[in-house]
Amino acid sequence: MKKLAVRIYMGLIFLFLYAPIIVLIVFSFNKTKSRGQWAGFTLDWYAQLFKDRLITEALYYTVTIAILATVISTIVGTIAAIGIHYMRGFGKNLLLNINNIPVLNPDIVTGVALMTLFISAGMRLGFMTMLIAHVLFCIPYVILAVLPKLRQLNRHIAEAAMDLGATPSYALRKIILPEIRPGIISGALMAFTMSIDDFVISFFTAGNEVSNLSIVVYSMARRGVKPTINALSTLMFLAVVILLLIINKKSGEGEELLL
Amino acid sequence: MAKEKYIIELRNLTKSFDGVKVVDSINLKIKENEFVTLLGPSGCGKTTTLRMIGGFEEPDEGEILFEGKLLNPVPPYKRNINTVFQRYALFPHMNVFENVAFGLRIKKLPKDEIEERVEKMLRMMDLEKFGKRHVDSLSGGQQQRVAIARALVNEPKVLLLDEPLGALDLKLRKEMQIELLDMQRSVGITFIYVTHDQEEALTMSDTVVVMNEGHIQQVGTPEDIYNEPTNRFVADFIGESNIIEATMLEDRKVMFDGRVFDCVDTGFGTNVPVDVVIRPEDLQIVTDPEKGMIRGTVTSVVFKGVHYEMLIENEYREYMVHSTLMFPEETQVGMNVQPFDIHVMKKEGYG
Repeated sequence: MKKLAVRIYMGLIFLFLYAPIIVLIVFSFNKTKSRGQWAGFTLDWYAQLFKDRLITEALYYTVTIAILATVISTIVGTIAAIGIHYMRGFGKNLLLNINNIPVLNPDIVTGVALMTLFISAGMRLGFMTMLIAHVLFCIPYVILAVLPKLRQLNRHIAEAAMDLGATPSYALRKIILPEIRPGIISGALMAFTMSIDDFVISFFTAGNEVSNLSIVVYSMARRGVKPTINALSTLMFLAVVILLLIINKKSGEGEELLL
Repeated sequence: MAKEKYIIELRNLTKSFDGVKVVDSINLKIKENEFVTLLGPSGCGKTTTLRMIGGFEEPDEGEILFEGKLLNPVPPYKRNINTVFQRYALFPHMNVFENVAFGLRIKKLPKDEIEERVEKMLRMMDLEKFGKRHVDSLSGGQQQRVAIARALVNEPKVLLLDEPLGALDLKLRKEMQIELLDMQRSVGITFIYVTHDQEEALTMSDTVVVMNEGHIQQVGTPEDIYNEPTNRFVADFIGESNIIEATMLEDRKVMFDGRVFDCVDTGFGTNVPVDVVIRPEDLQIVTDPEKGMIRGTVTSVVFKGVHYEMLIENEYREYMVHSTLMFPEETQVGMNVQPFDIHVMKKEGYG
């Protein structure tokens, strides 16, 4: 009896959480343009999506930026995490806190701040500025994913490698990196997810010539919600869910990841 | 006259962390094939000393010589010294065989030679069945042996061991002590061993170096250290002891508890304040208080297996006595001590 109550309660919560997305997904397959009525199943909206040049172009930018931002932020973030890990005392705590600020900072503040910075530096808003912005907000997530793996390492493991004749760089490549690989991979996946679904920061840093999918959805929605938006949103949602599943599986092998 | 050959020499070695001198002007000479133990409480600088020999800490001052040559500027990966780390520091993503082979692979030895040497080492360590196993799946004792194998397979001249048995339970620790000792004798390598366990140090070492607060207190054989501690700290740290403030009246005469005792120590001068050490097992209890040099009342009795540990109080102090005979609490007893069991030390605080 108690078990049943627990299940019903859980069910209600999940229904509440996912109802909007379920409605969105269902209506992306709806034959009519009306948002209140079900008029039969269709894949037309998805087909239309890929005919729309604006959307395919945005898809190209989204994916390109996500991949580049992931690669760069993963490399930079991993090196930073190793550096922070081997620091001591006050500087280490300071850096850890500084690292957390961008994560907690409202996106709109980060976005406006970056835009101001780029403009005052005389940079033209576009692909490069958006890429830099994405790299910047992804790095803290990589650091946060890699640090716990470093903490799990035996303190003396790098020393043990050097003791056996490994140069510092050999010890890093053959011992430290393989040991923290799960953290690096989940950091990279998180960076990719953050980059793909970012709207606010991209909106302020992309300028007029470049847009990613979120910006396109936003500008389309302003002109009235078309079912193609439902279809596009559904695809984006699926992409993020798949990434999250992979991250959880990866981090499940090690320790739980804070999301 | 042939000069004795020292493999490692420490000269005025000093290291501070955050302004605190952890190791303070240490001088030490270690012979080839010697089993040397650095013994002391945590924070005494023993591990830091070991890490400087291994090359993981840079000395602030002083020199480390290896076979007469200055070792300071040599990075750890070029020293012919290997280390067994506290909690082993095995490589978790490699199996046992690869862990042991790591050093040989770096030296780029031929494949079959690597295989041969690793197999031989695993056999020696009773690990031949575990080569393919993941190190995480091994017990503490087995991981310990992998760590030793990983170091020894490189045939270092000196093996550093940093509390290698600290994580093992008592029984396994005793077994491993014997194994390590056998191993050291059979491979003929200098062992420098760090521990805070005085029993372990006395059991295994040729030479014990007692350290406290960054200073060496005493260097000697286990017998020397136990029987002839140079100061209060050593006497207190090595085994149980009664440490008594006394006055050296003249050679072979020391006074405490309002009485003059014969002893065998000389050269302290006359009427000099000294510390006297009497080990608890060196006090013999006699039932008739009148027949004892020292009289007192038993205040506590604890059974310790082989012996009873009793506290006997007189008007000056409390004595700890170990005896196979039991005297119940409140009993008035006498105690006798032989002249050669009274050990007189210079009074110098801990320095």
